[in-house]
Amino acid sequence: MNYKALSLLFLLLFTFVSCAQDKNPVNTNNDYEVIVPKLSIPWGFVFLPDNSILINEKEGKMIHFKDGKKTNVEGVPEVYNRGQGGLLDLALHPNYEENGWLYFTYASSEGEGSGGNTALMRAKLKDNKLVEKQLLYKATPNTTKGQHFGSRIVFDNDGYLFFSAGERGERDINPQDITRDNGKIYRLNDDGTVPSDNPFVNTQNAKKAIYCYGNRNPQGMVLNPFNGELWEHEHGPRGGDEINIIKAGANYGWPVISYGINYSGTKFTDKTAQEGMEQPLHYWDPSIAPSGMAFISSDKYPGWKGDLLVGSLKFEYLDKCVLKDGKVVKEERLLDGLGRVRTVHQGPDGYIYVGIENLGIVKLVQKK
Amino acid sequence: MYPILIILLSLWSCNESNTKQNPELQKSIERGAVVYEDFCMQCHLPEGKGVPKAFPPLDDSDYLMKKRNESIKAVKYGLSGKITVNGQTYNTAMAPLGLTDEEVADVMNYITNSWSNTNAKMITVEEVSKIQP
Repeated sequence: MNYKALSLLFLLLFTFVSCAQDKNPVNTNNDYEVIVPKLSIPWGFVFLPDNSILINEKEGKMIHFKDGKKTNVEGVPEVYNRGQGGLLDLALHPNYEENGWLYFTYASSEGEGSGGNTALMRAKLKDNKLVEKQLLYKATPNTTKGQHFGSRIVFDNDGYLFFSAGERGERDINPQDITRDNGKIYRLNDDGTVPSDNPFVNTQNAKKAIYCYGNRNPQGMVLNPFNGELWEHEHGPRGGDEINIIKAGANYGWPVISYGINYSGTKFTDKTAQEGMEQPLHYWDPSIAPSGMAFISSDKYPGWKGDLLVGSLKFEYLDKCVLKDGKVVKEERLLDGLGRVRTVHQGPDGYIYVGIENLGIVKLVQKK
Repeated sequence: MYPILIILLSLWSCNESNTKQNPELQKSIERGAVVYEDFCMQCHLPEGKGVPKAFPPLDDSDYLMKKRNESIKAVKYGLSGKITVNGQTYNTAMAPLGLTDEEVADVMNYITNSWSNTNAKMITVEEVSKIQP
């Protein structure tokens, strides 16, 4: 190869590399302590009242971490561990201490047809075993596609349960059709029944559990502790990851409107806005591949209270988003390069705990 | 420059004739393209270039083309620990994908016959079934 061709190649490579990274600056005022070591994909976790931690590993293991020891919980349903599917999120009932209900989402092969789809189950943990298991929702149909299961579970201040299911790789069929599952966020009562005031209860043939639609693949959802709003983020296509505030009956536009393009670089829509479709509060270009979401509402991190944290799978950092007047005005990299950030929660002690792939769960600390 | 061109051309025509002469391989590659789009493309990208430091390239990858069994094993069971691809070290694990042996064979035939890659020896379901974790 001659010199000219070589330099052209370098130029191309350089362009590619500079495109692939984002420009968010590294925050050097943070550090971490490993709380739970050696996990592979800690998809979801919760703190139990005794401060032990229950962890979902994607491959289908539920781990109880207590006094520095890991125990596998028995009775976990069989999960469809394929592509992005597996054992997903985990949440406690708001009155967990009284009723013991534990909720989790997973990819399930239950029902007709080969493949799997997102399911929501509740159960109680007794003697290290899941008992009184109830399948509350199972999205249909099953498909062998590997992508976009969602899923996150959030309870709001009125005790309603919200969970997300991605569009299962069928962007032209599922997200805009409310008679079909997938590409949706659902609202249920804690026992799995559909609330009588859900937005589509009177719409013919609609899936009555749907709360909003036109979503692609939501893997982050949290209740804003300052105002009770439901905040969500979702994986977009290339350059189109979004943060949205979830409203009843709203259409978030996928795939009719988007700030992203196909992975291959071709366009699938010219529209970034349309009447009747919600605009994101923020979008990421380049995509960071967001997973996990939490607000800092405690006083443990001086100067950071009110900031939103979002995990980046792709660039391996925890994105600290500074919000002002309903906009993301600044982003900084925390835990830069530590690994693919899968899950983020503010623990009962006010500290931020982060699930990182091939590492474990770490506690975020500010440097003194 | 000319000898390289000739080699490249001959490789290319090899590949063309190889897949054309073997309709079974051609079909496997077509099925593999669908698997690739579903399971692999988000990280390894449409052109198989990967992402520096995070996801190794598949196009023109010495690991893929020289370590046939290890590559099949990675697609079949996932991969963790350090690997070296084209002189670069990668330490991001790939979770098990949950593919059937046929899908593993198909996607392997696709990636070893795409972009600048050519592979005359088809990967069969039987070969995949023999690879142990």
